[in-house]
Amino acid sequence: MIPALRRYARALTRDADIADDLVQDTLVRALRSERLFLGGDIRSWLYTILTNLNRNRRRSLARRPTLSPLGDEADANGTEAEGRDIERALAGLVEEQRSALMLVMLEGLSYREVAEIQGVPIGTVMSRLARARAHIKASLEGEKIALRRVK
Amino acid sequence: MTEPIMPVTEDELHAFVDNELPGDRRPAVEDWLDTHPEDAARVAAWRRIGEAMQRRYGAVADEAIPARLDLDHIARRPRRRMIAFAAAVLLAFAVGGGIGWFAHNASAAAISAPVEPVIAMREEALAAHRLYIAELRHPVEVRAEENHLLPWLSRRIGTPLRSPDLTKYDFKLLGGRLLPGVSAPAALLMYENSTGERVTLYATPLKMARTSFRYQQVDKFASIHWVAENYGWVVCGPADKPRLKGIAMAAIEQSDRR
Repeated sequence: MIPALRRYARALTRDADIADDLVQDTLVRALRSERLFLGGDIRSWLYTILTNLNRNRRRSLARRPTLSPLGDEADANGTEAEGRDIERALAGLVEEQRSALMLVMLEGLSYREVAEIQGVPIGTVMSRLARARAHIKASLEGEKIALRRVK
Repeated sequence: MTEPIMPVTEDELHAFVDNELPGDRRPAVEDWLDTHPEDAARVAAWRRIGEAMQRRYGAVADEAIPARLDLDHIARRPRRRMIAFAAAVLLAFAVGGGIGWFAHNASAAAISAPVEPVIAMREEALAAHRLYIAELRHPVEVRAEENHLLPWLSRRIGTPLRSPDLTKYDFKLLGGRLLPGVSAPAALLMYENSTGERVTLYATPLKMARTSFRYQQVDKFASIHWVAENYGWVVCGPADKPRLKGIAMAAIEQSDRR
């Protein structure tokens, strides 16, 4: 479970240290809470805590500009370039859309589980997914067009 | 000839990609994609997004888990405060006995000479400052937002403690902690400014005559200490004399008003 939480946190925050801080905070809260021992779906619950903690974190940072690492574009091989493109595209999403997309596509959760985690109806999860995919598709295609123009 | 097909919605295309489609609709969607190349291209693009995300982030799950995320380690955390407390107690003993945190810098003569309580206090405050300002996640024991912070510390050090308002210097109160002082408990308040600089204010009972401000610089850090009405005070922060003096003035004004 911890490897999956780390993956989700890394993709959400795009920063290894912040991601592990989030996972740590999540586990601390989980261990402190009695709900863990009362049963229920631990997996969804941990994703819920992490999602909320990240939202708090982002709120407190809301006024700061978003920083994205500057890679050396010329040196990047295909995989790195693709990784950077997808990262940039994900960074352009609204928080709720990014979280929904990651829970479904990276973590393999069901729409129902994501709806519970985000505290919204399934229809909202679906529209978030649809918007996220449209945005990323456009963003990736935009990168390709831009590259072609340069060449 | 098959039955007339119910048009496939965009929601169904997403559900198809995410394996959320009811089984009986799958063949209909597959047929639809065979005859609608634009939708087929969209579905393929969505799948490529998923694959790119997996390639970018999937490997994180295979990395070794850092020790701090180990569940046994986290489950033990409440006890870590005890360890920190024990370390602080040891430190207090060492400083009180003259073999301080800075013993490696001190000459043999300095070690054997009895340390004035006010110097011991300053060194303790500086040691606490160095130790706790470096903490990113747990710089304080009780956060400023918790309104029992000041009543609690006041009770433990036996005098009403107020947090000086340092907004003039762009410093905001983060919170505080209780420390074992030279001869009695000590309170440590920590402030932070928008660039992440931190200053601390240390207060502990000290039966001594009133003194004026004493400024001292130890490499990057500096402190100002003074004694007033049987309490010793130390402000520690970046080595910037005028600013630190202003902060000390604010602290003394606050404590005089009690």
